[in-house]
Amino acid sequence: MSRIAGSSRDVAILGMRRQAVPVLSTFAASLVDLLPIVVSWTIVPDFAFLVLIAWRLLRPEIWQAHMALPLGLFNDLIAGHPIGQSMAIWTMTFLILDLVDSRVGWRDYWMDWLFASLAILFNGLGAWYIARLMGSVTPLGLLAPQIALSIFAYPIVARLVIGLDRWRLSR
Amino acid sequence: MAAPSTRRPGFSRRAQYGLFLGYVLAVAGVLFSVLLLLIAIVDPAGFNALKGAALDITRPISSGSRSVVTSIENVGTSIGDYFRAGSQNAELKRRLAESRRRLIQAKATELENKRLKALLGLTQETPDEVALAQIVGSSFDSPRRLGTLSVGASSGVRPGQPVRAAEGLIGRVLETGRWASRVLLISDGASNVPVRLVRDGTAAIATGRGDGTLELKTLEVGKNPFRRGDILTTSGVGGIFPPNIPVGVVVKIEGDRTVARPLADPSAIDHAVVLNIYQPLADAPLSPQSETSLKGAGQ
Repeated sequence: MSRIAGSSRDVAILGMRRQAVPVLSTFAASLVDLLPIVVSWTIVPDFAFLVLIAWRLLRPEIWQAHMALPLGLFNDLIAGHPIGQSMAIWTMTFLILDLVDSRVGWRDYWMDWLFASLAILFNGLGAWYIARLMGSVTPLGLLAPQIALSIFAYPIVARLVIGLDRWRLSR
Repeated sequence: MAAPSTRRPGFSRRAQYGLFLGYVLAVAGVLFSVLLLLIAIVDPAGFNALKGAALDITRPISSGSRSVVTSIENVGTSIGDYFRAGSQNAELKRRLAESRRRLIQAKATELENKRLKALLGLTQETPDEVALAQIVGSSFDSPRRLGTLSVGASSGVRPGQPVRAAEGLIGRVLETGRWASRVLLISDGASNVPVRLVRDGTAAIATGRGDGTLELKTLEVGKNPFRRGDILTTSGVGGIFPPNIPVGVVVKIEGDRTVARPLADPSAIDHAVVLNIYQPLADAPLSPQSETSLKGAGQ
């Protein structure tokens, strides 16, 4: 395709790509849960959540907070969480980040990482608490390796998302 | 990047109402999700149809990639064996595991015999196998310990049925789709398995700790009856799990706390067997009469 859209069809394709890439990449990250990895520790980061907050922090304008509901429902169904878990936690994260955006004027790389880390902590604790309500009483320290790995995985995921974003907006 | 200085999206009324409606929708969505969670907590089997459908749709992906990963894992294991000068080592380990299984079984049978002599003809057993399955996935990014099996309701699998491997007990079926099902592994925090010490028959409950190990709780007060290396099997108490399935081996004792490691590692086993509920009546709902009489007793 040339750099200038030649027809209304080209414009439509570009517009669709612009809207679909963030959603489809989050769905794809949810599908990571289907890999036949069987581990007996909570250690692998929740990639769907990482991709979600990477998009949210990079492009606050593409999604309103309620967009997290369908994305969360998809993740709940794929990952086998009780239905409502990701829906509630992700939407609350979006609402909190909206508040943060209205207070904090400027976010740089380190601030992004800080907010992402707090969001990861919130997501982990939320999942742990819901599991506890459902009868699975486990020590809180169980979460530590997963949260630490997730925090260190965030810059890598953010890199991927930035790459996708460039491709999404390219002509 | 800089956030806009005002949260107003401009002078357009339409855009302002759109933003406000978005927040209303988001908060309502959170409340709705919490309601869904409450339903899931009260009635864990409530959304079985929806979750089963999701399991079915995603099954081809997980079971398709299983063979690839298994062969990669095998390559990894083989390389490791080479560095440990280990084809011989692996063979010996296999034999050791085999003989240990036999030993456990023999000990369990011995104990069973003793018990059966005591109460002759009082057991009602349905040790039938329902289906043979592969473990094709797990909930590796959540604090729950759930596994995915490659068989479902079309093979006769129902929620509540025990699942075992040759090495030992795996867990219990939690949700079923038509061609796939989800298993609550014994290492999950919500799993409680009645077990028995093979050495002397002491009864205990093995509760999962969420990190791949089990915690043992006995009814006895004071002295801890366990020793390192003790083997535990299911006791058949409760009527769900059939007796004499190996469960775990005691690895750590800290005062009153006893930690055991499951003998069947869900990541290492190839095949799992879904069993019938040991005594089907144990999982059946109460009859209306007993329900009403219980309510009457509670008032």
